[in-house]
Amino acid sequence: MFKKLLDKAFLKSLWVYHANTGACNGCDIEVINVLTPYYDAERFGIKLVGSPRHADVLLVSGPVTRQVAPALRRLYEAVPSPKLVFAIGSCPSGGGLWFDSYATLGGLNKVIPVDFYIPGCPPRPEAILYGVAVALGLASKKVAPIISSQVHPEKILQKIEQGEMTHVQK
Amino acid sequence: MFKSKIKEVILCFKAGRVTAPFPLGPEPNPPQDGYRGKIAVDVEKCIGCGGCANVCPPRSIKITDTDHTRILEYFLSRCTYCGRCAEVCPEGAVTMTREYQLATNDLNDLYIRSEIYMGTCGRCGRCFKPKTILDRMMVTGFQPGDLS
Repeated sequence: MFKKLLDKAFLKSLWVYHANTGACNGCDIEVINVLTPYYDAERFGIKLVGSPRHADVLLVSGPVTRQVAPALRRLYEAVPSPKLVFAIGSCPSGGGLWFDSYATLGGLNKVIPVDFYIPGCPPRPEAILYGVAVALGLASKKVAPIISSQVHPEKILQKIEQGEMTHVQK
Repeated sequence: MFKSKIKEVILCFKAGRVTAPFPLGPEPNPPQDGYRGKIAVDVEKCIGCGGCANVCPPRSIKITDTDHTRILEYFLSRCTYCGRCAEVCPEGAVTMTREYQLATNDLNDLYIRSEIYMGTCGRCGRCFKPKTILDRMMVTGFQPGDLS
């Protein structure tokens, strides 16, 4: 019961530590944008803190360069449990343009476990807020894998018979 | 000093409430025309030329040829939304939608796969697109069940 209470209370006040692991600053600007009065993430109890030991959530931007990886692991261990990790931008979620470079490790999930991915280059502030809402359980995720195959020939024959399509190309 | 504080309070009250109710309410600034969000692939228009895979800067489009089928896989986790694929597509099969709320807890959600029926060159064995729809229907493998 105590754990249930703790889980509920945990989502009510997420203190955030923001780590830049070699990002171009685009995602960092959008993260700061979320904390401004216009988007006001503080109404969900989110607060930016200056030390990972005070934080519950790690916001990571950047493609995780080889130089920063050991520091990031130490940072992850410094955050007290329970903790959430957000990958903000295309770089930490999949490696971005530098997914196979010698200088990066190609994505955040190769270094530390990631709970939520917010892709975008950079993601809009609304997209980050939406990711937060998904994490808090206020919204459900909208993306799903799309697997499609080309139309069956019966459908094409039907279209030709109905005169919608001709099989002679000009 | 006290006077300036009162002035500040009046200024703050004049602005009113600026916080947008998002994500519980409507979005404050919906994307405009020409916004580049998640890509959409129309599998019926695609001719499997592979131009999108050629120009993709993060090389997130993978092409695999099996007999009579060309499989295009789009890994959107590292997509940078540059729009080059939509620009070069000769048939307009790849388009940029305005969808940007892509937050997920599973990277497999950011995946598009389209399978395209192709002919196979008798000499080199590579896939190619037959010219007309009638030609396409003559290709073995186009009808489901005649690949044995």
